[in-house]
Amino acid sequence: MALKTGASVLRLNTLRNAAVRLLSTHTRPEIAQNTKHAEFPGAKAPYVTEMKFLNESSYDPIPIYRVLDNNGSVLESREEPNIDNNELVNIYKTMVQLTQMDKILYESQRQGRISFYMTNYGEEGIHVGSAAALSPQDLVFSQYREVGVFLYRGVTVTELINQCYGNHEDPGKGRQMPVHYGNKHYNLVTISSPLGTQMPQAVGAAYALKRQPNNDRCVVCYFGDGAASEGDAFAAFNFAATLDCPVILLCRNNGYAISTPTNEQYRGDGIASRGPALGIRTIRVDGTDTLAMYNAVKQSREYAIANNKPVLIEAMSYRVGHHSTSDDSTAYRSVEEIQKWTKDESPLHKFKKYLETKGIWDEEAEKTCLKESRDTVVRTMQEAEKKKRPHWKEMLEDVYYDMPPRIQKQMKQMEEHLKKYPDKYPLDQYQD
Amino acid sequence: MKMALKSSPVIFGWLSRLPRHFSTSSALAAKPMTVRDALNSAIDEEMERDDKVFILGEEVAQYDGAYKVTRGLWKKYGDKRVIDTPITEIGFAGIAVGAAFAGLKPICEFMTFNFSMQAIDHIINSAAKTFYMSAGEVPVPIVFRGPNGAAAGVAAQHSQCFAAWYSHCPGLKVLMPYTSEDAKGLLKAAVRSSDPVVVLEDEILYGVPFPMSDEALDSNFVVPIGKAKIEREGKHITLVCAGRGTDTALNAAKELAGSSGIECEVINLRSIRPLDFDTIARSISKTHHLVTVEQGWPQSGIGAEICARVMESPSFFELDAPVWRVTGADVPMPYTRSLELHALPRHSDVIAAVNAVLGNKISAASSQ
Repeated sequence: MALKTGASVLRLNTLRNAAVRLLSTHTRPEIAQNTKHAEFPGAKAPYVTEMKFLNESSYDPIPIYRVLDNNGSVLESREEPNIDNNELVNIYKTMVQLTQMDKILYESQRQGRISFYMTNYGEEGIHVGSAAALSPQDLVFSQYREVGVFLYRGVTVTELINQCYGNHEDPGKGRQMPVHYGNKHYNLVTISSPLGTQMPQAVGAAYALKRQPNNDRCVVCYFGDGAASEGDAFAAFNFAATLDCPVILLCRNNGYAISTPTNEQYRGDGIASRGPALGIRTIRVDGTDTLAMYNAVKQSREYAIANNKPVLIEAMSYRVGHHSTSDDSTAYRSVEEIQKWTKDESPLHKFKKYLETKGIWDEEAEKTCLKESRDTVVRTMQEAEKKKRPHWKEMLEDVYYDMPPRIQKQMKQMEEHLKKYPDKYPLDQYQD
Repeated sequence: MKMALKSSPVIFGWLSRLPRHFSTSSALAAKPMTVRDALNSAIDEEMERDDKVFILGEEVAQYDGAYKVTRGLWKKYGDKRVIDTPITEIGFAGIAVGAAFAGLKPICEFMTFNFSMQAIDHIINSAAKTFYMSAGEVPVPIVFRGPNGAAAGVAAQHSQCFAAWYSHCPGLKVLMPYTSEDAKGLLKAAVRSSDPVVVLEDEILYGVPFPMSDEALDSNFVVPIGKAKIEREGKHITLVCAGRGTDTALNAAKELAGSSGIECEVINLRSIRPLDFDTIARSISKTHHLVTVEQGWPQSGIGAEICARVMESPSFFELDAPVWRVTGADVPMPYTRSLELHALPRHSDVIAAVNAVLGNKISAASSQ
């Protein structure tokens, strides 16, 4: 520094001031020139003589990256991703398919046809925008509200509905609650109910990927603002950073954990503020903006794989639907509040406007797409209801890698029993 | 979650003061090895054999393990395969489960199994059930290991047996070694298993030398999972036990044979789940009497499970007297040493149980 000219020092100082503003550290205590720096193993920092505590308002809020405004217009042309038109239409159609599936399956639960369902309204842009930016080989650990990622990867509506109905074509053999999808072929890890458990597991999987020679895959871990309060979340963040794992930790901050609003969930600046604190590159994104999600995930992916480092993305959105079919959210929020997010801030609305501006979508296409999506779900649901249940033997399979003799014996006994009393059981309802 | 359990001088000092002897009657054999070294060689050999195997936990690397079970492994295999983790059981157990999902074979060391409670969701809800829930697509080959049960003077939160807890859960295998051969052979079998396996070791036994056969010293030695071992043959009464309980039972058997001519058949279960009931049943049909010995609490314990299986099988008709359970006292472990001794099964408790079960038939039995 001493060798630099005065002018460049001045310029550097201006730049540094700008950087300081961006990093929101402007309220740090004034640090005099020639300050002695401490060299503790746990912190290398300047000494000060003024006592000053930091709190959540010591920092400016982390800004929210977006590409589109509420009318679907691109704000800065350099930020518009280069996605071909067919792909843009595919992204939108997947979002429409998702909302139609949600609508009909939610109703089917209300009619007692399935036991449980969770909708994804308001977060379609996060699912499909992020999925489009990933490689199909990237390993996805989802929470339970990311079925758009499954649809985009190529899991069919039929497979998803078969899972909800637990029939013999359910890839999960009817063993889990509805919406607990999984698909090894598409690198989608089976969903686990306890909140947050997928997070350290995702980091562990990323560690395993990193060990492979010439690794070109990353892990993506989705979680909600509520799950971020679990101990697992901290562990996952800290391990991702300290073990240098290629993982994208993608928080869907949709404002509610069942009924708990974010202002009761945390007092800091959301989930994003925890990233830099733990040494993780972090960005906050408008989750209702599909293109912003695409850009953020695309760049995070490249960075994570090239550097074997984690990235934290906080996608801001709003959970338009109820938490699940076990919840009625009007008990804790107003209808007016919900409406704002179903109209101006709807990810589908914004993305549709964008497609219309580009001249690749119109009302006619919209009508056809809605009808096709709805028909697909209704038809698939009717078929799923008629399909047989999994073979009764499945109830004894897969507890251990090799079936222990005790279970083999039980199965044999059951087989003999059913042979003896076939008329006492509705065997025709089960797959042979 | 960790406390100063690393104070080995305290523990080994205590060990030297233990009033009873460990069953090392065959220590005359040429190659005695401590349980610690047996575990160490099992991990070393399996890491050598398969580079998918790695170990992680608190202090396992440069520190050589809180109880030195991983001694030398970090130097040999480096940071990539011997991983020291932050103090977050839920974190590193989750990391291990995720790594197993993705094809590695983690050995997850808990500094003691007491701390595994923080991570129990990963062990049961994820490791034990994922193979089933993924419709057989995703096996979880993982070993959770560490010292289990009471050590010495570490009180309620660090002195409990998890054999009953984990063996309750389908999807898990639960092993409990007693000797060095058990420790080496069972741990190697656990690493090679495609299922998640909980290996419950014992801190007091770590420093105890046991004879090792030439076969057991070989790098291909494994002890089959699900097979019990008859440690001592006898005709009057069957004692079923595992882990350090085996030591208590063997000491009792030795004393009973000397003082009253009662010959106990001592069955070291080795594997709690799957449970080798056939060996127990065969022994009952020979001795017609049964006592179980365990350090865990009585309710829903291993002894309770064995009693239930006896009741539900023809073995019930072989019994000449009711079964008796010798267990840990039904209280959180007291800190006071005198109470601690009484809260754990002692060989005198086993002798009392044997005498109660055999009752007045002892003289008739010994005259046969």
